[in-house]
Amino acid sequence: MSRRVRLLLFACAGPGLLAVLLIGLHGLPAFGDFHGPYGLLVDRVEPGQRHATDVVTALNFDLRAFDTLGEEFILFASVSGVALLLRHLRDEDEDVESNRSVANHRFAGASDALRVLSLFLIPLLVSLGVYLALHGALTPGGGFQAGVVLAAGPLVILLAGRYLALKRVAPKWLLEASDATGAAAYALIGLGGLIFASIYLKNFLPLGTSGHLLSAGTMPLNSIAVGLEVTGAFLLTWTEFLDQDLLVQREEL
Amino acid sequence: MTALQAVGLLVVVAAGTAIVFVPDPLRQALVLSIYGLALTLLFFIFQAPDVALSELVVGSVGMPVIILAALRKIAQHAAGGEEDEEGGE
Repeated sequence: MSRRVRLLLFACAGPGLLAVLLIGLHGLPAFGDFHGPYGLLVDRVEPGQRHATDVVTALNFDLRAFDTLGEEFILFASVSGVALLLRHLRDEDEDVESNRSVANHRFAGASDALRVLSLFLIPLLVSLGVYLALHGALTPGGGFQAGVVLAAGPLVILLAGRYLALKRVAPKWLLEASDATGAAAYALIGLGGLIFASIYLKNFLPLGTSGHLLSAGTMPLNSIAVGLEVTGAFLLTWTEFLDQDLLVQREEL
Repeated sequence: MTALQAVGLLVVVAAGTAIVFVPDPLRQALVLSIYGLALTLLFFIFQAPDVALSELVVGSVGMPVIILAALRKIAQHAAGGEEDEEGGE
C-alpha cells in the first residue's frame, strides 16, 4: 500500500474514530461520581471490621485474597517461563573472562556523578521498599509495590555500570528462592485460615489496634510474602535478559 | 475536573504521542520511560497512590530495561550474523 493510500485511509478512519470516542466520552459519568453499592460497602466494612487503614490492600489481601493468589501464580508462572526460554543452551557459555568490559564495568556514560547518585539511591529504594511491605495495611502500598521498589534497588547497581556486582548482591539462586518462598508463603498463610478458621485464606490472626504496625491480622504477613515474591520475580526477569546480553557467548564450533 | 487533572491528562497525551513519533527504537525506549513517569503523576493526581507506586517502577524502569536489553541483543545478533556469512565464504 502506498503512502498516499494509507494517508487517505487515515483521513477517513481518523475522524470517524474521533467522533465515536467523543460520543462515548460525552456519556461518561463525571469523575468521582460513583453509585456502586459494593465500593461503599467495602469502604464501610474494611476499616471497622478488619482494622486496615488502606482499603486497597485490605481488598487485595482479605476480601479478594483468592484473586491475589491467582495473580501471584500468574506472575510466578510467567517468570518461570522467561527463565526457561532464556536458559543457557548447549552451545552457549557464560564467559566472564572474555567480557572484560563487563567485568571492569565501564559502559559509556557511567560517570563518577552517576555512581555517587546510585550509591545514594540504593539505600533510599531499599528502605522505601521495606517500609511499603511492612506498612501495607496502613498506608498506600503493599506487597506488589514493595516488591517492585525493592527490585529497583539492586538494579541501580547496573546504572553504575557494575553488572557483576549486581550478580553478587542478587545471585540467581537467591532470586529463585525468594520468588518461590514468597509464592509458597502466601498459599501457606491461606492454609492457616483453613486450619484455624476452616475457610481458606480467611483472616485468622488477631486484628490488633487500627493504625498499629501489627494490625489487620494476616495482611502484613501476606504483604511481606507478596513483596518477597515480586522482588525475586522482577530481578530474575531483569538478570535473565541482561545475562543474555552481557555474559552469554556462543562457543566457536 | 480541576486544572491539575487537566494538565496531567494533557501531559500523558503529549508523551503518548511523542512515543509514536520517535523513529529510533532506542530513543523510543527512553521516551517510554518518561511516559511511565507521566502516567505515575496522572494516577497520583487522580488519587490512586497504590497504582502510582506500581507504575513508577514498572513503567519507568521495568519495561525500558527489558526493551533496552532486547535491542542490544538484536544488534549483537545482526552483527554476529554478518560475520558468520563472511567467515563461510
